[in-house]
Amino acid sequence: MKFWTGLDPRLKGIIVVLVIALVPFVDHNGAHLNFLADASTFVLLALGLNIVVGFAGLLDLGYAAFFAIGSYSYAMLASGQFNIHIPFWVLLFLAPAITALFGVLLGAPTLRLRGDYLAIVTLGFGEIVPQTFLNLSQWTNGPNGISALDSPVLFNYKFGLQTLPYFYVGLLLLIVAIVIVHNLQDSRLGRSWMAIREDELAAAHMGINTTKAKLSAFALGASFSGLAGVAYASKLSLVSPDNFQFNVSIFVLSMLVLGGMGNIYGVIIGSLLLSSLERFILPQATIFAHNLGFMQVDFSQFRFMMYGIILVSIMLFRPEGLFPSRQRKAELHAAELDVALATQEQSMYEEAAH
Amino acid sequence: MELFFQQLVNGLSLGGIYALIALGYTMVYGIIELINFAHGDVYTLGSFFSLSILTVLGIESEMHGWPLVAAIIGIMAGAMVFCGVVGVLIERFAYRPLRNAPRLAPLITAIGISFILENIMQLWQGPSPVPVPTFIPDPSFTIGGVSIEVKQILVVGLAIVMMLLLNFFVYKTKLGKAMRATAQDRDAAQLMGIDINTTIALTFLIGSALAGSAGFVSGVYYGTTWFFNGFAAGLKAFTAAVLGGIGNLAGAMLGGFLIGLVEAFGAQYVSDQWTNVIVFSLLVLVLIFRPSGLLGESLPNKV
Repeated sequence: MKFWTGLDPRLKGIIVVLVIALVPFVDHNGAHLNFLADASTFVLLALGLNIVVGFAGLLDLGYAAFFAIGSYSYAMLASGQFNIHIPFWVLLFLAPAITALFGVLLGAPTLRLRGDYLAIVTLGFGEIVPQTFLNLSQWTNGPNGISALDSPVLFNYKFGLQTLPYFYVGLLLLIVAIVIVHNLQDSRLGRSWMAIREDELAAAHMGINTTKAKLSAFALGASFSGLAGVAYASKLSLVSPDNFQFNVSIFVLSMLVLGGMGNIYGVIIGSLLLSSLERFILPQATIFAHNLGFMQVDFSQFRFMMYGIILVSIMLFRPEGLFPSRQRKAELHAAELDVALATQEQSMYEEAAH
Repeated sequence: MELFFQQLVNGLSLGGIYALIALGYTMVYGIIELINFAHGDVYTLGSFFSLSILTVLGIESEMHGWPLVAAIIGIMAGAMVFCGVVGVLIERFAYRPLRNAPRLAPLITAIGISFILENIMQLWQGPSPVPVPTFIPDPSFTIGGVSIEVKQILVVGLAIVMMLLLNFFVYKTKLGKAMRATAQDRDAAQLMGIDINTTIALTFLIGSALAGSAGFVSGVYYGTTWFFNGFAAGLKAFTAAVLGGIGNLAGAMLGGFLIGLVEAFGAQYVSDQWTNVIVFSLLVLVLIFRPSGLLGESLPNKV
């Protein structure tokens, strides 16, 4: 352990990436690989939402809307739908730009609202977007969605329905994303986000252009979901409005809350935990219950309750999440600190009075 | 023109339901500045609880005369008490411990509670819409080509009566005064000897009971209920509360009826596919251009 903590962080990163990259050679279970490829999309989403909620402290309850826009961008620009066939690799840059643009469009008028109003506006936006994709059926095929999307091609190698290439693309995107958020976190912009999160008024008085900082958080956060959308839509080769409902936004938010808002690695762990809960733990628990003779039990019916319980119990008992960032933890316990100081002060007065 | 008046009637009765839900939102927001996301699900809970009373009593067909009146009042009172108690419990265990936490914390908890309630109702009554037996006879009469159903009068009348009672309570009784004082300045109210916890619990009790009554009438009005109804209805009712000016009782009422009208006319003149988009866009627009709402005062940013 001592050997590990003493290593250069960059070297640590390279080791972790190499270990993950070797997984397909060791573990030949297709389901595991498929899970990791799918989970990488949600880790990307969680990292993006973490910029908005974790770093800047803006509660976005409609993050799935940007995911939808990213996915539909791929679906419309790389399929027979309009006979436009932009390559996957170009869309990896184009789709984030499109979602970032929508982030700015939504953010510009709304970011000056108070925190809870912003939450509601984003929630409304999250309802409007999938509904719009559903209703504009002449372009989006309505509830059927757009299918038979182009497969990514690399030097004449067609990804098709295989899992392996998507796994490596997902890993690559994650590396890029982690490097970006890492640098953002310690940048001038990142520090101004955290200042805004702690006290917006004070931050403004320190000369931070809060509107600009919040807008860039929104745009950058949205661009990550564009990336995730491209990865998601190309792997599934299908998009439909059902995949971007409110529960997706809350699913990603629960990852943040569970792992620890504001901490990149906490968020990644939270996201992997929830994804595996959904994919492995609940089905396995159901099979286990069936083997015990409880044939009526289906734990996957309790999914939403689990998100709910995670959100409530973490907020009540450990608001900084399982793997908190030190700073965020201090902020969330500031009120307790005040109380502790006040009692200390009071006992001092009482002592003096004696 | 007949079509216009017909949609006016439909919109007002829809709006009556939204208004009843919006009252609860606005009261809770007024007193602890929390958007109670679980409120819409408490409303659905009200409709399910009314349905189970109907089932237990074995009521399946239309009733007449005094038994009908007794059934309406009894079932609605049952739903109101049940939802009121649920609301108080939610406040006690999910929101009260976080009263001094950063504002995002109770908001996230509220979303969690909403998910838990939805899942419980889904497990209880199944994932598909459930029919509610029509026990209220439904003669409709026609005025100048516009047909009005008895149920519609019930919804609008109930909303207005509840609003008047609530107004009396908040502005004429001592408890109401305590409530207003707590909303204005919690610490000062406490120093004046007001029991803050009881007052806030009382607010949740009344707000949730109103949602329960809305749940009851919605079951009667639509003849069906669904575990996920509360999500959209709650969001629309919140839109109504914001439109009217959040924290303002008359505003919630006005907003509720306006949202009902927007929905009815939107369905008629645009397309019923787009009503949700129209209402939520309205929410976004109101929040951007007039966050204080139609009747509300503008809130300064508290430091």
